[in-house]
Amino acid sequence: MAVLALDNVSKSFGALRVSQHITFELLEGEALGVIGPNGAGKSTLFNLITGNIDVDDGQIEFLGRNVTRVPPMERCLSGLGRTFQIPQPFEKLTVFENLIVAGAFGNRLPESELADQCADILVETGLIAKANELAGRLSLLERKRLELARAMATQPKVLLLDEIAGGLTEGECHALVATIQKIHTSGMSIIWIEHVLHALTSVAERLLVLDFGKVIGIGEPDAIMNSKEVREIYLGLEV
Amino acid sequence: MTMPAQTDWSVETKTRTSTLFLGVAVVVVIVAAFAPFYASRSLIQDLFFILTMLVLAQGWNLLAGYAGLVSVGQQAFVGIGAYAMFSGVILLELDPVVSILLGGIAAALLAIPAAFFTFRLQGAYFAIGTWVVAEIVRLLVAQWKMLGGGTGTSLPRSASREMFGIEFLKDTFGFKTSAAADVVTYWLALALAVATIGVVYWLLRSRQGLGLAAVRDNQNAARSVGVDAQRIKAIVYLSTAFITGLAGALIYVQKARISPDAAFSVLDWTAYVIFIVVIGGIGTIEGPIIGVLVFFALQNTLSGYGSWYLLVLGLLGILIMLFAPRGLWGLFTDRTGIELFPIRRRLTGGPLKKSSKGGPHG
Repeated sequence: MAVLALDNVSKSFGALRVSQHITFELLEGEALGVIGPNGAGKSTLFNLITGNIDVDDGQIEFLGRNVTRVPPMERCLSGLGRTFQIPQPFEKLTVFENLIVAGAFGNRLPESELADQCADILVETGLIAKANELAGRLSLLERKRLELARAMATQPKVLLLDEIAGGLTEGECHALVATIQKIHTSGMSIIWIEHVLHALTSVAERLLVLDFGKVIGIGEPDAIMNSKEVREIYLGLEV
Repeated sequence: MTMPAQTDWSVETKTRTSTLFLGVAVVVVIVAAFAPFYASRSLIQDLFFILTMLVLAQGWNLLAGYAGLVSVGQQAFVGIGAYAMFSGVILLELDPVVSILLGGIAAALLAIPAAFFTFRLQGAYFAIGTWVVAEIVRLLVAQWKMLGGGTGTSLPRSASREMFGIEFLKDTFGFKTSAAADVVTYWLALALAVATIGVVYWLLRSRQGLGLAAVRDNQNAARSVGVDAQRIKAIVYLSTAFITGLAGALIYVQKARISPDAAFSVLDWTAYVIFIVVIGGIGTIEGPIIGVLVFFALQNTLSGYGSWYLLVLGLLGILIMLFAPRGLWGLFTDRTGIELFPIRRRLTGGPLKKSSKGGPHG
C-alpha cells in the first residue's frame, strides 16, 4: 500500500523547470533512495512534498489524502517529518527544547508526556549528553543528528532525510547509518536523498534517479546503478 | 523504532536563584504599593514614568526579542489607546479609569488591520511598514475635530478630579485631590507592570512561548515541525498592542492633555523604548527592567544639557550594540549564569548530571 504518491508533479521558477512530471509511489515501510547530480531538483522534490514550495501542476497524496494545497504545518501534523540538507536547528534553544517543540507541536502531546519520549530519542541518536547544550553550539555531526532527532520527535509516518550523511567522516557516517537502519527496521517509511551512495544503498530498497527535474529511473539499487543512462548522466562515466 | 525503557527523566524549569528572587520580588511589589504613604509626590510621579516605560519596553521586547517582529510603530498603539481613553471620557462620559480599558481594546482592534498589511513584509520592510501605519493613524486622528483635531484637547477638569478612587483616598488618607490622582495612576501603573511581566513570563514558559522561540530562530524549520508561525506571531502582536494601548491610555490619564504629535511621537514611545530594551538586554525579561532604570538615571542626569542628552543616549546605545549586543543584563548573566526569570527546560535524571547547563541561559 502506498503511503505517499506523486502524480505528474511539476514546478518551475520562471523559465527554469526544476521538477517535471514527477510520478512515483512510496510503499508502507519502504526506504526509497533519491540520487542525482547537484541541481537535479532533489531538495526541491522534498520541498514540494512537505509544502515548503507550492506545486504548479500535478497532485500529491499522503496516506490517501490529497495534500497538494495543504500547508507544511498540517502535512507535518498528518505524519510527514523531514530533515534539512543544511541543518536548521533552533539555535537559541537547547537540544532537548528543539525536540520538545517538535513533540509539542508536531505530535500534539502535552509537555508532561514528552520528557521520556524526547530523552529516549536523544539516547537513540547519540545526543543525550548534549541535551542541555544550546543547539547553536553543536558540531556538524551533532547538528545532523539533531535534524534526525527533531524529525523523529514529531513521530512521523514518513521520514524525509535530505543529505544527512553529507560532510561526515567515514566513522560518523557509519554510526548515522546504523541509527537510520534501526529507525527503518521499526517499520517507518523513508525517502532519503544522499550523495554518499554506500550509505544510501545499505538502507534503501529502491533508488529513484533525478536529472534536470525529471525521473530518469526508479528500481532496485543494483539495477539502477548498472543502468547505462544513470551511469552516464549521474556518475559521469562513459559506458 | 525501538527505544530504551528509560522512565526516570524529568524536566526542571526553576532555579534556586529564581525561587529566591520570586520572594524578593513579592516584597519589592508590596513596598512599592505602599510608596504613596511614605514617598514624596515627585518620587511617585517618577515611579509612574518608570513603570509605564517598563510596560512599553516589555511589550516591545516581546515583539522584537522573542517574536523577531522589529516594530518602530508602537506609537500607533500608545496614541490610539490614549485617544480612545479621551473619547471614552469626553464623548461617552466614562470614568477615566474605566476608559483606560477602551484604550487597550482600541489598540488591539487597530492591530488587526495593521497586522494584515505589515505581516506581509519582512525585516526592515516590516519596521518601515509599522511606522507608516502609525503615521497614517496620527494623520487620521488629527482630523478628529471632537477631540481637538491637530491641536489636541484636555481631559475635563471634573473627570480628572472625580476619577475612581480619588474620593476614597481623600476621605480615608487625607490626600489632596491632585496627589490622590497621582496615587491612583501610580497604583494602576504598578498593577499594569506586574501583570505585564507576569503575562510575558507565563507566555514564554508555555508551549506557545516555546513555539515563539522556534519561530524566532528559524521560521521555516518551525513550520516543518508543526508550529503555526503566523498564528503565534499574530497572538503576540495583538497582545502587545493591547498592553501598549493600556499603557498609552494610562500615561494620558496622568498627563490629562493630548495632541496627535505628542501621543504618536516616535521618539517618546518607540525610540526611547528601543533604547531601554537594547541597553538592558533584548530577549530577556530582566533586560528592560535594568534598561528603564539606566534610562531614567541618564535622563535625570543629562536633562540639563540640552541636545547633548540625546547625543549621549545615542552614543551609549551604539557602544552597547557593538560591545555587548546582549545588553547589560547579558553581560551580567554571561559572567554569573544567574537568571531571575528562567524559561529554559532542563532535562535531568538518567545519566545526566544535575548541574548540566545550557550555556548562558541554561
